[in-house]
Amino acid sequence: MIVAAAKGPHIDWAGLSPLVALLGGATVVLLAGLLRPRWVREGVVPLLSAAAFAAAIGLGIWQLGERKDLVAGALRMDELTVVVSFVFCAGGIGAIALAWRSVAPREAAHGEFHALLLTSAAGMWVLVAANNLVTLFLGLELLSVPLYVLCATEMRRERSLESGLKYLIIGSVGSATLLYGLAFVYGATGTTDYAGIARAADGVVGDPLFLTGIALTVVGLAFKASVAPFHQWTPDVYQGAPTPVTAFMAVATKAAAFGVFLRFFDVALGPAQDEWAPALAVLAAITIVVGNVGAIGQTSLKRLMAWSSVAQAGYMLTGVVVGTKLGVSATVFYLGVYLFMNLAAFAVIVARERETGLGDDIASVQGLGATRPALALAMTLAMLGLAGIPATAGFIGKFYLIDAAVDGDYTWLGIVIVIGSMISLVYYLRVLAAMWMQGAPQTGEAVAVSAATGRPALAGGSAEADPELGRVQAEVWAVALLFGAATLVFGIIPSPLFDLATKAGAALTNLL
Amino acid sequence: VTVHLSILLWLPLASAVVGLVLPDVIGRFAVLAGAIAALVVAVIVVARFDTHAQGLQFVTDRMWISELGVHYKLGVDGLNLFLILLTAVIFLAGILWASLREWRQSRLFFFWWGLAESAVLGALMAQDLALFVVFFDLMLVPFLFLAGGWGGPNRIAGILKLFIYTLVGSLLMLSAAIATGVLAPVEGIDFSLSTLSQAAPRLSSGTQEWIFLFFAAAFLVKMPAFPVHGWMPDGYKSMPLPVLAVFSAVLSKVAAYGFLRIVLPLYPDASAHFQDLMLLIALASILYGSAMAFTTTDARLILGYSSVAQLGFITLGIFSLRDAGAQGALLQAVNHGLVVAPAFLIVALLAARVGGSEDLRDMGGLAFRAPVLATLFLIVALANLAMPGSSNFVGEFYILLGTFQSKAAIAVVAFTGVALASVYTLRLFIRSMHNRVGPHAVSREISVADGLVLAPLVALIIAFALYPQIALSKGERSVTRSIAAARQAAEPAQEAAR
Repeated sequence: MIVAAAKGPHIDWAGLSPLVALLGGATVVLLAGLLRPRWVREGVVPLLSAAAFAAAIGLGIWQLGERKDLVAGALRMDELTVVVSFVFCAGGIGAIALAWRSVAPREAAHGEFHALLLTSAAGMWVLVAANNLVTLFLGLELLSVPLYVLCATEMRRERSLESGLKYLIIGSVGSATLLYGLAFVYGATGTTDYAGIARAADGVVGDPLFLTGIALTVVGLAFKASVAPFHQWTPDVYQGAPTPVTAFMAVATKAAAFGVFLRFFDVALGPAQDEWAPALAVLAAITIVVGNVGAIGQTSLKRLMAWSSVAQAGYMLTGVVVGTKLGVSATVFYLGVYLFMNLAAFAVIVARERETGLGDDIASVQGLGATRPALALAMTLAMLGLAGIPATAGFIGKFYLIDAAVDGDYTWLGIVIVIGSMISLVYYLRVLAAMWMQGAPQTGEAVAVSAATGRPALAGGSAEADPELGRVQAEVWAVALLFGAATLVFGIIPSPLFDLATKAGAALTNLL
Repeated sequence: VTVHLSILLWLPLASAVVGLVLPDVIGRFAVLAGAIAALVVAVIVVARFDTHAQGLQFVTDRMWISELGVHYKLGVDGLNLFLILLTAVIFLAGILWASLREWRQSRLFFFWWGLAESAVLGALMAQDLALFVVFFDLMLVPFLFLAGGWGGPNRIAGILKLFIYTLVGSLLMLSAAIATGVLAPVEGIDFSLSTLSQAAPRLSSGTQEWIFLFFAAAFLVKMPAFPVHGWMPDGYKSMPLPVLAVFSAVLSKVAAYGFLRIVLPLYPDASAHFQDLMLLIALASILYGSAMAFTTTDARLILGYSSVAQLGFITLGIFSLRDAGAQGALLQAVNHGLVVAPAFLIVALLAARVGGSEDLRDMGGLAFRAPVLATLFLIVALANLAMPGSSNFVGEFYILLGTFQSKAAIAVVAFTGVALASVYTLRLFIRSMHNRVGPHAVSREISVADGLVLAPLVALIIAFALYPQIALSKGERSVTRSIAAARQAAEPAQEAAR
């Protein structure tokens, strides 16, 4: 028969297994969310989705070391894919723990909330593994669309809805720009395949069509990675979104965005490095300065973390700019470190939001060193790590990035990283000072501020009405302490992280 | 049995961690025991030190981060031997002094002390450039928390200033250190100082120069030296006095030591190139520090500015690029640490006798019923002004001798600093201990417990006055080797100038 001749591509199910785990998990979780009993929805659903993330990590460990093209070269399974997937899957598990007893999944229905989380992670997997312009875009949308919804899951809080809408509009502009850029790249090189683009790139290096394509692609990806000057959405969206979702966005989206940055620029556009690297270096420098300066005046911890994430994106971009294996490893290493520091910080923010009724205002952590030393310690390690103080993993991460910058003849960018860190001290130290050096705010004041942050009564916003208020839940403690401890331990014994990061760097065999 | 420097390094921190989990009442004694044990190990190291051996002794060398070529390498030679001993002594005195007093959240308070001691010892013993940077930055963190948690009324502004100033320097140093490791012509990447001291001097002079400036920024801020001392008044005021005593006595020495250990051997061409600049900065620090010290009335700041001047002398000695000058600088580093720590502790006693004020105008007449306190203070004061017969005199003499050999004009101006030192030190002593009795001053003898902390420090000052050659002779070889390359680089230039 003629129909039988149209054969589908060979599918390597082993290589695809982490993706299958995430998408399969999303389906199962969505169905489980339909069951009647409350304990299924509130207990089993989060557990199942955490299990799906864990399965994706486990299957990733199983596949670590394999290098193969999947689905007719649309996806690339290698160490870079696997190691970056560790980062966003761990971020997913952390976000699930923080979301477990929070408002957002209750209002959006547990099944949907967790299914969206898993789908978004599946999109990240596709994005990082993408080896073709079409899969790149597919992954990006699969990542973004669930996130737009997740931002708005606290449906009765205006800020959350605003955040979702803002993210949707700006994210769509970013996606459109990226798509336009990809079309130009395709037009110039005649292929959508990364390897094909790399082969064709030599011939079209000076072609304005190609350069426009690269420029638009940079802009599109810069939106996703919150690289200045395309970062303006970040503070508003981070602040408005439910805090567990913010935590997920901060660590996981960042990891995926840098995964694709690394593969697309250092593999597909590698031969044209001289064209885009200087521009990207300038963007990185601008991002570092803008992010750090923007964070200085913030009183909302979530906004502060948002600006800090902009600055950190600038640091990580350095590894992309230099286009060496060392650079790739340094960026991947920093992504892991960034995960620890951010999850620890966000866990403390969540804990204090539920405990004080001050929202995410910096006043919520005042006097924390005296009242909750363990939480204060986790936050301290996170802040010191983000500032790059020794004995934290953040220091080693920055060391590695500067090392890569100097090695790749971008010494000036290494110095910009250092200058950025200096500026960042101002606001990270403010948080430390609030925790250890100032007394706790008066309770009367606390109620007043909580009224000012304006959670409407429907959402159970006032201090008296909110049943979650007044205690810190075990899982939030666990996230804060676990990731705080990781920040410290990997600052002293960084070798395991280095092993993974070097493997990820070695996966891009075309680099020096 | 060989002495493991790792034991010395981690003892204080380990005891601090133990103290953190013990009940409040016993916690501090764990840290105290750790400090005593560290001093015992340090004394054993000094006793076992072979003066005639070449190079490092008691070396521990393991790979820490192989991907970055960072070693966990510790070692002792003539440069750091006595600074390690000084650190152990001063920390023990500080911890003992603090443990005689009550502090809120005392377990945490003493934990930071232990971490601070380990970090300072680490910076002094590190024989790997990256490891040095790690400890150099780390040693600031416990002081941030000590000052911020237990300091004076305007502490937050003060420590922010202190922390940002010093970390700006430290971060510049970090990038310079990484650049050294990456750019130095070695196989692969290696941060160990023994490798870099061969390779780094071969860096081009342009590279050496910016790296030198970044390192100098870190060290000069930490000292502090004249144009970058802006954090000092507020920073000093933000710290509790026993903390400040240790901070001023030990941390500034690590900076001076950094020049001898890292900057001069690794970047000799740049050191020679910037010799004049560094000498002028040193001279400015001496004059400015002295002038400020005899105009301010805050006892704490008098000692602070006097430290600026003293560190100016130490810098002067190092950058004279002469054996005598550098040896004098190293001796003076130990001397200054031994003198300034008891001086700050005495200021704490004085303040307690005039109702908490540290202003000279509120003091006076405090010697009347306190002959022991007055005697201890007098010995400290005479040592601080470098009275002939004191070890400080020997140190300053060598420094000026070295400077005279290389730049006579600068030495002449620096001599005035010696005279000014007696003015501000005697002014501090006379206006607090003698003169008319202050409005709220109550003369009271020093308590036995406090006396037992101060007396050994004063005894050490006297011992050093009698035998300064102990430190000089053990340091001689290492100092000569440390400045040899820079001296060689500077001399042709001077020949040509003549």
